[in-house]
Amino acid sequence: MSFLLRRLGFYLLAFWASITLNFLLPRLMPGDPVTRMLSRSQQRLEPQQVEALRTLMGVDGGPIIPEYFAYLGRILTGDFGMSISRFPTPVSEVIASQLPWTLLLGLTSLIIAVILGNLLGILAAWRRGGFLDSIAPPLLVFIGSFPYFWLAMGALYIFGINMGVAPMRHAFSVGLVPGFNLVFILDVAAHLILPALTIVLVSLGGWMLGMRNTMIATNSEDYILMAEAKGLRPHRIMLNYAARNAMLPSVTSMGMSIGFIVGGALLTEVVFAYPGVGYQLLGAVQGLDYPLMQGMFLTITAAVLIANFLVDLVYVRLDPRVRKG
Amino acid sequence: MSVPVLEVQELTVEYVSDERAVRGADRVSFTIHAGEIFGLAGESGCGKSTIANSIMRLLKDPARITHGKILFDGKDVLGMDEAELRAWRWNNVAMVFQSAMNSLNPVTRIGEQFVDVIRTHRGGTRATAMQRAEELLKMVRIDPARLRAYPHQLSGGQRQRIVIAMACALNPRLLILDEPTTALDVVVQQEILEQIRDLQNELGFAILFITHDMSLMLELSNRIGIMYGGRIVELAPSRILHHDSRHPYTQALLGAFPPLHGPKVKLTGLAEGVKFTNVQDLEDHGDGHWVAPTDQPVLSQGEAL
Amino acid sequence: MSQNAIDPQTLMAEEPLDESTVNRARVSATRLLRTLLRNGKAMAGLSIILVFIILALLAPLLFPGDPARITSAGASTPSLQHLLGTTTKGQDVLGLTLWGARSSLFVGFAAGIFSTVVGVLVGLSGAYFGRGLDEVLSLVTNVFLLVPGLPLLVILAAFMPPGLGTVIVVLVITGWAGSARVMRSQAMSIRGKDYVAAALVSGERPLRIMIREILPNMASVVMTTLLGCIIGSIGAQAGLEFLGLGDVNTISWGTNLFWATSDGSLMLGQWWIFVPSGLAIALVAFALALCNYAVDEITNPRLRRPKHATKSTAATTVARKEEK
Repeated sequence: MSFLLRRLGFYLLAFWASITLNFLLPRLMPGDPVTRMLSRSQQRLEPQQVEALRTLMGVDGGPIIPEYFAYLGRILTGDFGMSISRFPTPVSEVIASQLPWTLLLGLTSLIIAVILGNLLGILAAWRRGGFLDSIAPPLLVFIGSFPYFWLAMGALYIFGINMGVAPMRHAFSVGLVPGFNLVFILDVAAHLILPALTIVLVSLGGWMLGMRNTMIATNSEDYILMAEAKGLRPHRIMLNYAARNAMLPSVTSMGMSIGFIVGGALLTEVVFAYPGVGYQLLGAVQGLDYPLMQGMFLTITAAVLIANFLVDLVYVRLDPRVRKG
Repeated sequence: MSVPVLEVQELTVEYVSDERAVRGADRVSFTIHAGEIFGLAGESGCGKSTIANSIMRLLKDPARITHGKILFDGKDVLGMDEAELRAWRWNNVAMVFQSAMNSLNPVTRIGEQFVDVIRTHRGGTRATAMQRAEELLKMVRIDPARLRAYPHQLSGGQRQRIVIAMACALNPRLLILDEPTTALDVVVQQEILEQIRDLQNELGFAILFITHDMSLMLELSNRIGIMYGGRIVELAPSRILHHDSRHPYTQALLGAFPPLHGPKVKLTGLAEGVKFTNVQDLEDHGDGHWVAPTDQPVLSQGEAL
Repeated sequence: MSQNAIDPQTLMAEEPLDESTVNRARVSATRLLRTLLRNGKAMAGLSIILVFIILALLAPLLFPGDPARITSAGASTPSLQHLLGTTTKGQDVLGLTLWGARSSLFVGFAAGIFSTVVGVLVGLSGAYFGRGLDEVLSLVTNVFLLVPGLPLLVILAAFMPPGLGTVIVVLVITGWAGSARVMRSQAMSIRGKDYVAAALVSGERPLRIMIREILPNMASVVMTTLLGCIIGSIGAQAGLEFLGLGDVNTISWGTNLFWATSDGSLMLGQWWIFVPSGLAIALVAFALALCNYAVDEITNPRLRRPKHATKSTAATTVARKEEK
């Protein structure tokens, strides 16, 4: 339990740091960000927007400490301010409408990549020097060297434009009414294929290599030797003894890579115009919608922290040495 | 004489790498009879663990057995295929590794680790296997409730007993103990040795006992083999070895453990830079005493201080 | 290893850090270099990178003038005149790619090196000074590791004035934590060794001990980390520029891809516009990864490919020369 509590405390600290960063960033920039923004955007902003912006940027004068606590209070109640590009929609609403799609894409890709990658890694380590062990790793590393979004572009081009087999944009076909019916679900699934495939392909190499190397290290442990001496069947040793132990470092690093996968997912969304947070982020950047950008940053960070905590829960379940006796 | 439980003939194990091959064990031969305790002693790196692991064919690349025979109850172990070997292991020969903590699966309960080996070889239900596990724990005087524990929750001594109990699970004819007490403190060592003796009396298995601790070896074994550089340099019943060792290396080894009683003498050991290269085959000195001939001088007793 | 590494699971791909890992890491720098030069993977990787660097340096000679100059030519497929075709704005794609190498490689290497330096400093200091400072530094490192890279990158870049300097700074801020963590673990293990204690007792100054005793023994780990940071920086930079947050006036592989998308080349099927830059990024990243792989193999013999396929639980091979 103390393990989990410590992790929770750590996540809260990280979240607090992100909030503080959000608060400080506009105030740390040289010059008056609002004016800079106005001149850059060439967009005529209404007085309320400018006012909201000033409050957000904290350039309406006034002492910093009380402002900070006011900001903290607002964030914790879910008030991220108003979006500039979609004035006067609150940022929280804008994000809430896109978050589900990103979660769908991210979780699907993550689960597939993790399961497939780890399985391949286990098999590769089990038969050293075999096909999986020698060909797959360099191949997957090569594929993983491509930037996520470039592979997305490639996939889009090959499967979407050239071969025309998969939907190319958006989460579901235009004109279809969202609802929990089979037609809609299948349509959504079809639109998921290309983006998810891209993310899986790029991250597969990492999972596989990681699991493989961990398995190789585990395979030299004494309890594996003892399991062999006991005359147990090979696949039992591979699964119950080796993989079961190798999973632990695997799970640990899964937590860390969630943050990274999120980045890749965001970029992939941009390419496929998948209406998730990532795609929105592009629009926010181009529209210099600072409140929206900040809100997204916090939301994404929170999601990553929650995911990490969930991973920790899984880890505690898997490793009896961490549970307090 | 009945067929010996284990017969090792001219066993040679080489570690093969790109540049060269190193002999971990070099034409090693010895025999273990039913119910006998045979000790293999020597310094670190002399090859005793290599021999132990090769009997069950547990050595991994780059080790390979390049010469010799291993006969168990007359059966050729080196000729067995994978399936035969798996069925043969633990049923006939079981091994207790040096560090019990490391030989137990850290994420599985103790009970499970008994159940899987019992069910693999004997079949049956989980319940019957658990029952057998409880019996085994009682034999080594550990509370059967410990079956639900994880390895890290037990003390060193408890773990060692459990590993020994696990080794006895299928009533093997031979138990290989590879430095079973090295990682434990002296008091626990005694208890474990007692335990092993009791079990042996009850179940009647033979033991291949590996250690570098000579005093332990002399206390426990019926016969002892002394290894050096992959070869056996002396082989004798323990009493004869204790009082009438003939090879200088054996004497040096024995001399390294000063007696607690008697006059104070200087420790005898090998002279500076003495190495035994090209150890010749053992010669029979009668009464089951075999010594490798050597031109190194027989060491004299140390002078009294 | 930066958090932005294209393959952050390379962090995981390193073995769990324990005694054996430290022992294998202590391969002296010179021996490492020599073995590296004999390793096929390393040579392949190094040659590819060298080729790119040379091309980047030669770009002004091969394509004099400003390749970003907009002409009225419009997009065209590869031809003898334009080996890789032209973009919607009539720019020569090959020229853009070659010139792009300059910025991408420069920023990538610079950010990678700086990230590693910061990581080494933080990691070593934490390991060396221990206690309070270590606690604080570890906490900071972990927070930076946890916060997702791309969003942080975006927000930092959005608020800072646009330009190459910003890109490098932002990349370092998001990238140093990975290397710091690895460095700290390694340094911790080495710190406990006797020769460090000896240096301490004989009164050497802390910085000297760090540089002369601890660092050389971590040579291979520093190398892999550096390579990983560079890979990460190149990838992160590309991502940043793709979103339009880099300096859109410089020519780099990332901005090439940005323009490719915003000009609609992708949807129009003009593959020759976006393939070269992406391929270039991948080749450089792959070459660096090859070098990394090679260093890993050299320092950890267990990872080397066995000569023939072997099952993990295979029994000892019996290779008797003659039958009795």
